[in-house]
Amino acid sequence: MTDHSEIDSVTGRATTGHEWDGIKELNTPLPRWWVICFYLTIVWAIGYWIVYPAWPLISSNTTGLLGYSTRASLAVELANLEAVRGEKMATLAAASLADIEKDPALLALARAKGKTVFGDNCAPCHGSGGAGAKGFPNLNDDDWLWGGTLDQIMQTIRFGARSTHADTHPGQMLAFGKDGVLKPDEIVTVANYVRSLSGLPTRPGYDVAKGKKIFAENCVACHGDDAKGNQELGAPNLTDKIWLYGSDEATLIETISNGRAGVMPAWEGRLDPATIKAMAVYVHSLGGGK
Amino acid sequence: MNKTVNPNELTSDDDNGPLYVAQKKVYPQSISGTFRRIKWGLMAFCLGVYYFLPFVRWNRGLDAPSQAVLIDLPNSRFYFFFIELWPQEIYYFTGLLIVAAVALFLMNSIGGRIWCGYLCPQTVWTDLFYAVERFVEGDRRERMRRDKSGGSLTFKRVSEIALKHSIWLMIAWWTGGAWVLYFNDAPTLVKELLTFQAPMIAYIWIGILTATTYVLAGFMREQVCTYMCPWPRIQAALTDEWALNVTYRYDRGEKRTSVKKAAELRALGQQVGDCVDCYQCVAVCPTGIDIRNGPQLECIQCGLCIDACDNVMTKIGRPKRLIGYDNDVNIQRRRDGKAPVYRIVRARTVAYSAIITAVGGIMLYVLATRSLLDVNVLHDRNPVAVRLSDGSIRNAYTVRLLNKSGYDRVIAIDADGPANATIHVVGADSVTPDRPMIVIPRDSTSELRLLVTAPAENNPEKSIPVRFHVTDIGLGEMASATDNFVSP
Repeated sequence: MTDHSEIDSVTGRATTGHEWDGIKELNTPLPRWWVICFYLTIVWAIGYWIVYPAWPLISSNTTGLLGYSTRASLAVELANLEAVRGEKMATLAAASLADIEKDPALLALARAKGKTVFGDNCAPCHGSGGAGAKGFPNLNDDDWLWGGTLDQIMQTIRFGARSTHADTHPGQMLAFGKDGVLKPDEIVTVANYVRSLSGLPTRPGYDVAKGKKIFAENCVACHGDDAKGNQELGAPNLTDKIWLYGSDEATLIETISNGRAGVMPAWEGRLDPATIKAMAVYVHSLGGGK
Repeated sequence: MNKTVNPNELTSDDDNGPLYVAQKKVYPQSISGTFRRIKWGLMAFCLGVYYFLPFVRWNRGLDAPSQAVLIDLPNSRFYFFFIELWPQEIYYFTGLLIVAAVALFLMNSIGGRIWCGYLCPQTVWTDLFYAVERFVEGDRRERMRRDKSGGSLTFKRVSEIALKHSIWLMIAWWTGGAWVLYFNDAPTLVKELLTFQAPMIAYIWIGILTATTYVLAGFMREQVCTYMCPWPRIQAALTDEWALNVTYRYDRGEKRTSVKKAAELRALGQQVGDCVDCYQCVAVCPTGIDIRNGPQLECIQCGLCIDACDNVMTKIGRPKRLIGYDNDVNIQRRRDGKAPVYRIVRARTVAYSAIITAVGGIMLYVLATRSLLDVNVLHDRNPVAVRLSDGSIRNAYTVRLLNKSGYDRVIAIDADGPANATIHVVGADSVTPDRPMIVIPRDSTSELRLLVTAPAENNPEKSIPVRFHVTDIGLGEMASATDNFVSP
């Protein structure tokens, strides 16, 4: 121990007088403001324990004087959000589909809402931009199985196609091969005939007259005399350039042999009416809407 | 105290002392003179601009803010007199920052730390706070004596302290208040603030700026310049031997001696200095340094020591500017008995001026020719192209139209792309043959879905460029954007 009043020559500060191996300790007390802040944090912590839920008990925890819980505050936040959005969505729910298309603000709201909901619910089958895939219709083009007006699109979204809903779109394509209605060579013939309807090349030497006859006897009931399809039954137009399952001969043979019955689920009950309306407007505005 | 100072041995620190010293409280004395007057003038100008600019009005028409300078964060707009900037025009601020930085360099290469001494907010507000302190508590000697003796807390003393801090807090509060006025309509906000109707964020910002002003100008003062601000370090890299700095003319000042003794020695024809060691230059210094120790980091070059020294020189009948603005070259030249030289036109001042002129010119040109109508196009990615039932190909685009003007516009949209292509805008207000039209409200953007369809016989084999033109059918102002038209 040396004299406490010794001054360190480099720093100009007093030392504590402690010395270890020739190293002396400077007397540098904590600043008073720091010490005060430290005590204040202790006081604050005690207050916090009392006011907020803090201590775990055996089966629960102290609830705190304020009765605060994160779950309750989340409920409040969600209610607020609902209140903020509810107003706009109520406007949307009240407006007719045609009105929405005419009002730029409503159209923008419906498209924005529809786009998000589409991403959450429809994108798994139809793709994030509605581009579709084999068996899942492209919603950007102008070919519609069940109709492309706003009302028709909304109808399809609400009830689905071949879904479990009572009002769903009915109808499916028969399995002409599997059920023994047509023989394999007849299927090849009519497949080539169908290809010819939309101007696709056909197998050389196939019997056009026979194809036409098979088509008239088996297919016109659904696809129509002119093969332009029937949206009541979801029967596609066979004369255009758009093919849901593919237009090559092998795919057509498979389609005719086994039939097709793509299913779209009904969204009524799962999504609220305003949301379904917004989605219909969004799908309509993708570019294919009539 | 009479020691001869050799400039080559000048240091701001006494090397024999401790490396660490406790902060010494600075009591700058009041002073009058040329540089003090310049400082008062610049302080009045700077504070005047800061405090009153939000109240300047500018007529922009109905529904538009009528405040000359307004940063409208909720609507993402910046208004500066006749200029209205959108967020995507942030590069104007980049330009402004470049000009400001180079202007600072130029200032520095000509006159040293003019910014520090006269214009820096820290200097201006500290100067104001010092003025208040002197007004309430008396000048240097009085305050030093009181602080040294401890002083008893008489009623007079307590009321002085209370008055000083009240005035400081009022200034600080007004500083914070003026700040928030730049972000909202000033008269409205003042009314709301007074009736406690203003948004919480306004009170929070006023609180923050009141606190910083009060603490920085009232308590930290020169320590901000010495320890917190990077500029003293940076300016050392910017200055050169031709830059004017506040300088003690040691060749004239040394050897220091008393007036009387100097007169006697002069009468004998001996060489003596003009400096009488009166310490007035130290007394008035807001950073508490002795300029006679040569250029130093703490010196903000406010020139108050020049005033102090000039006053003394006048009194003792010696020429003024024993301390004055001078450059490093002349220190050496005077020592060698040569006439001083001053050079403002130098490589670096020319270069800085050129940069300022170039950047400023580009900004003015861009500002003068800036379009109030703009269009951005984004191609749909999924799907990139759609084949329609008749075999034609359609591409979809998201088009964003910007109407930066103060009136609603009717915009016609055309596309130059594949031959015989038709364009369709979802939700178009009207369609003339092949030309959708849309109304865009003033000062807003509209996002549209635009479909371009190329007939089957013109199907392009690969991606071809397509150019979208948007035309204000009233004024004919046009903007365009390019994208591609692709096949599936």
